Amino acid sequence: MSLRPPDLVEGEAASLAARTAARAAEEGVAEIAYALIDAPVGRIVAATTTRGLLRLAYELDNGGVDAVLDAMARRLSPRIVEAPAHLDDVRRELDEYFDGRRREFHLALDWRLARPGFTRRVLEATVRIPFGATSTYRDVAGAAGSPKAFRAAGGALGSNPIPIVVPCHRVLASDGGLGGYTGGLDRKQLLLSIEGLGAGEQLTL
Amino acid sequence: MARTAAGLPPFQRFLDAHREDVLRFLIASLGRHDADDAFQDTFLSALRAYERLRPDSNLRAWVLTIAHRKALDIHRARGRRPLPVAELDDDVTPVGGASGDGARPPDLDGDRWERVRELPPRQRAVLTLRYAADLTHAEIAIALRCSEEAARRAASDGLKTLREEHADVPAPT
Repeated sequence: MSLRPPDLVEGEAASLAARTAARAAEEGVAEIAYALIDAPVGRIVAATTTRGLLRLAYELDNGGVDAVLDAMARRLSPRIVEAPAHLDDVRRELDEYFDGRRREFHLALDWRLARPGFTRRVLEATVRIPFGATSTYRDVAGAAGSPKAFRAAGGALGSNPIPIVVPCHRVLASDGGLGGYTGGLDRKQLLLSIEGLGAGEQLTL
Repeated sequence: MARTAAGLPPFQRFLDAHREDVLRFLIASLGRHDADDAFQDTFLSALRAYERLRPDSNLRAWVLTIAHRKALDIHRARGRRPLPVAELDDDVTPVGGASGDGARPPDLDGDRWERVRELPPRQRAVLTLRYAADLTHAEIAIALRCSEEAARRAASDGLKTLREEHADVPAPT
């Protein structure tokens, strides 16, 4: 027998780490807390800061959890911890929305991952589109102060860091076509159908 | 927007990568009773300082250095306490108790680490960092802010003391 490292009980270090991460989020030592949330549109990486909801990312479309975390570490802060309980409100509101029991989100938003200026204005115009209603790229461009910039509005919506809650799926082409969606048109259609807009002829491509 | 620290991994990944090494070190250095709190304090301190790190830092040696300082604080506090009641139940795990049934594993080295804990601070630190955390003498020297030679000497002295009681302690490396 020699001086060898003490044995650990299986899962002991992991559960201590989880408790530490939870404390880091609760005490505000971490800048960003995240959780994985299962949804009918696939798993979502959700992240919050003390200011509010920072990011909702479709896991599979964004290169997986690690890529989503790496991007937030580069752009905002690497002080990121996984703290599921810290995101209970986000999870509950999303669950209710997907169950058809919620028409509005009551979540503060942290806009720091949205490009300032035109993009931010387009996204803020998009937040005001109510559940079950739609707008057009031209209209949100107009609401952002540049009616002719409807193509740029599409780009702005495509960079939306908080899809679903910032409902870029409610923005359609001016001719009634579905337009685009960074998360894929299937998801756009699914979100619209949750809001009672799925069967409309105007949504055909 | 906050200044970015390009290259540092998201803290969660760093925590997951080093949680076992840190816990093993703290159990060796403090016993299980105080290891849990020291673990949390270590990683919360690391998180507070995280963005000041250079991306090319040796993250493992860095976090074990923080753990070492937390352990040192607790040892010092114990030294000021007249009766370390909290330590009495440390490592009193019956040898032969089955692991994997939710019980703590039989800590075969329990007695040995307990003996290490009673060594002078530098010897204790060097032996726990070397044999529980697997740091090199060069890394230990940085953690303890001493020369590599002083770290080696402390390890050698500590092992000598232990060997006077147990014939099977490793020769100094």
